[in-house]
Amino acid sequence: MARPVSYNIFKKPLETDISMADMPDGHQGEGFFATSLNKVIGLARKNSIWPLPFATSCCGIEFMATMGSHYDLARFGSERVGFSPRQCDLLMVMGTIAKKMGPVVKQVYLQMAEPRWVMAVGACASTGGIFDTYSVLQGIDQVIPVDVYVPGCPPRPEAIIDGVLRIQDLVGKESLRRRNGEQYKALLEGYGIQ
Amino acid sequence: MALSYDILQQRLTDKFEGQVSNFQESYGMMEFEAPKEINLKVLNFLYDDEQLKFRFLTDLCAVHFPENKGKELAVVYHLHNMEDNIRVRFKVYTDINQPDVYTASGLFSAANWMERETYDFFGVNFVGHPNLKRILNVDEMDYFPMRKEFPLEDQTRIDKDDEMFGRG
Amino acid sequence: MSEHHIKLPEGSIEKTTTTLNLGPTHPATHGVFQNIIELDGEKIISAEQTVGYIHRAFEKLAERRPLYQVTPITDRLNYCSSPINNMGWHLTCEKLLGVQTPKRVDYLRVIIMELARISDHLICNSIVGVDTGAYTGFLYVMQYRELIYEIYEEVCGSRLTTNIGRIGGFERNFNDIAFQKLEKFLKEYPKVLKEFENLFQRNRIFMDRCQGTGAISAERALNYGFTGPNLRAAGIDYDVRVHSPYSSYQDFAFNIPVGTTGDNYDRWLVRNKEMWESLGIIEQAYRKVQEFKGAEAEVFHADVPEYYLPEKKDVYTKMEALIYHFKIIMGETKIPKGELYFPVEGANGELGFYLISDGGRTPYRLHFRRPCFIYYQAYEELTKGSMLSDAIVTMSSLNLIAGELDA
Repeated sequence: MARPVSYNIFKKPLETDISMADMPDGHQGEGFFATSLNKVIGLARKNSIWPLPFATSCCGIEFMATMGSHYDLARFGSERVGFSPRQCDLLMVMGTIAKKMGPVVKQVYLQMAEPRWVMAVGACASTGGIFDTYSVLQGIDQVIPVDVYVPGCPPRPEAIIDGVLRIQDLVGKESLRRRNGEQYKALLEGYGIQ
Repeated sequence: MALSYDILQQRLTDKFEGQVSNFQESYGMMEFEAPKEINLKVLNFLYDDEQLKFRFLTDLCAVHFPENKGKELAVVYHLHNMEDNIRVRFKVYTDINQPDVYTASGLFSAANWMERETYDFFGVNFVGHPNLKRILNVDEMDYFPMRKEFPLEDQTRIDKDDEMFGRG
Repeated sequence: MSEHHIKLPEGSIEKTTTTLNLGPTHPATHGVFQNIIELDGEKIISAEQTVGYIHRAFEKLAERRPLYQVTPITDRLNYCSSPINNMGWHLTCEKLLGVQTPKRVDYLRVIIMELARISDHLICNSIVGVDTGAYTGFLYVMQYRELIYEIYEEVCGSRLTTNIGRIGGFERNFNDIAFQKLEKFLKEYPKVLKEFENLFQRNRIFMDRCQGTGAISAERALNYGFTGPNLRAAGIDYDVRVHSPYSSYQDFAFNIPVGTTGDNYDRWLVRNKEMWESLGIIEQAYRKVQEFKGAEAEVFHADVPEYYLPEKKDVYTKMEALIYHFKIIMGETKIPKGELYFPVEGANGELGFYLISDGGRTPYRLHFRRPCFIYYQAYEELTKGSMLSDAIVTMSSLNLIAGELDA
């Protein structure tokens, strides 16, 4: 015998401090909603990015503040900070990368599964910063492709959050075919990655 | 009687008969130098002596003086007597072509890495060191970057336009 | 059949230990250190450390920079307490140049330095908590580190790499908001610290994890060049603030907490007690600062126009300031020749500046005595024979900062 199922019988008021993701554009009518697969997947991906913090120096401490209770990156769907490159989507390189560390960054990037994004946080990771010296890699874009650069030495937590939001924009709008395209392959080959 | 720089100078001169020289005091700290062959004897004497008791190695580093022919590299020890709270700076000079200095790592465990760092930066060869290899720089590096003749910037950089920096 | 057997490397059957590579990007290492650990089951037989993964050539860089431009480099040594490094460098320069700072400047510096010490110990102690499985403390005290950062912001405009102060004093006077925030901190923080302390100090799990692990005797600690809280935990009451006072530390009354066994628990306790002492020092300094009246209450730098970079708005409006600004920036001021070693009590040990000046505008040689570089070499001795998970706690309780270690 079928039992009556009811849910949401107590109507909850929508809390203003919880933001909901907007519905993608599409056609809808009674009982159906049609949109492109791109948009649905983009929506899902962008609001559940798993960051992999690759913190080496000062910017790592600011990332700690970003993750901490005051700024709380978890508000943007990124509370799951993974330390295993295999399961993460976003590599956040924070701090100076010395030449000794360069191969390690590349190794971590290679271990990540596609689709993967990279964010260079701080002046050192972006360009080498004030350390124009023999031992410092002048920007991580010499070894791996970078999607978003966050300026600052170190950037404030707000700036890091802004960087994450820019990544979300990129992720949400990315075409599903991009990673198989010729252009992307050429980009990776430019870094010696097959 | 509390230890003072006068007593220290007297004790060192008595013990090493003029080999320890160049006593001078600046900014409240005395320094002296000794030939590099007896650096361990001096350090041991300062450590073991019941009156001197310099048993804490605060710092060890090197300095490069290219004009000082035959004595280009100075190895500088900062020692501290914690009981009487007195610090002293001790230098040995060495020729850059044969930068052999005896290691202090047997006496102070702290000297181990500091000597490796000094080797890494200046190429001072610490004789008897248990594990003398580069510590901060990559192993493949073939020069000693802190010597004055080597430039600070990476010379393989190609993205720098000298015109932009006023050096064109 | 026999040719199908798998060929194992020589000696691998007899080998009863496991080699484990920890780092340089391991989540438990809090910084870029690599440890190659030889394990017998869970027990550590030997550990070989590799460092230098963020070597940035500070000392070479400093040889290219005028004295006042070295300050931003010192920020990035121990970035958890950068004001102490800044002040240490300024004090070194002042000693070289023979600058006498007014008392009010000294006291303001003490306030900032002790705030920095609190924020450093706060991070270290809460990270020890995280590594023993207590995440709450970390999230809780992080709020108050933000408050300390806000005070820095009011004073210098920056949070983490502060570049606070100038040679001869501060770049501007503390404003009212800074003092209000300081009062708020002094009022609220003791309660939070007490709660934080209650969370850990007599916590059974925490005690079991920390007591007796990573211990070192006083004698070995001295031989390894330990300084700061790590040396004091081993039972030696050496503190640069007391032994060679700088910035008028002799005017303050405070205790040096010491431990007995030098293990992780003692290190934690010493740091915790030091936070209380620092709070006391800040209160005393704040009271002393308030006692200045009239024109004295406006003093925020020494009267040394030769070396003190003038305020920017004066440079645009006053002839004299413009001239001195030009002279300092172009390296026209006279820098004496000399050689000095100046230690300050950094948050994790004795931070020393060995400066040789040849009369030029840049240092001829500048060597930083970096405390954690020196004591990290004891890590193998501290962890030998202990469990792997204890080694992680030992690493965090040593307060290793990669930026300072690799310079």
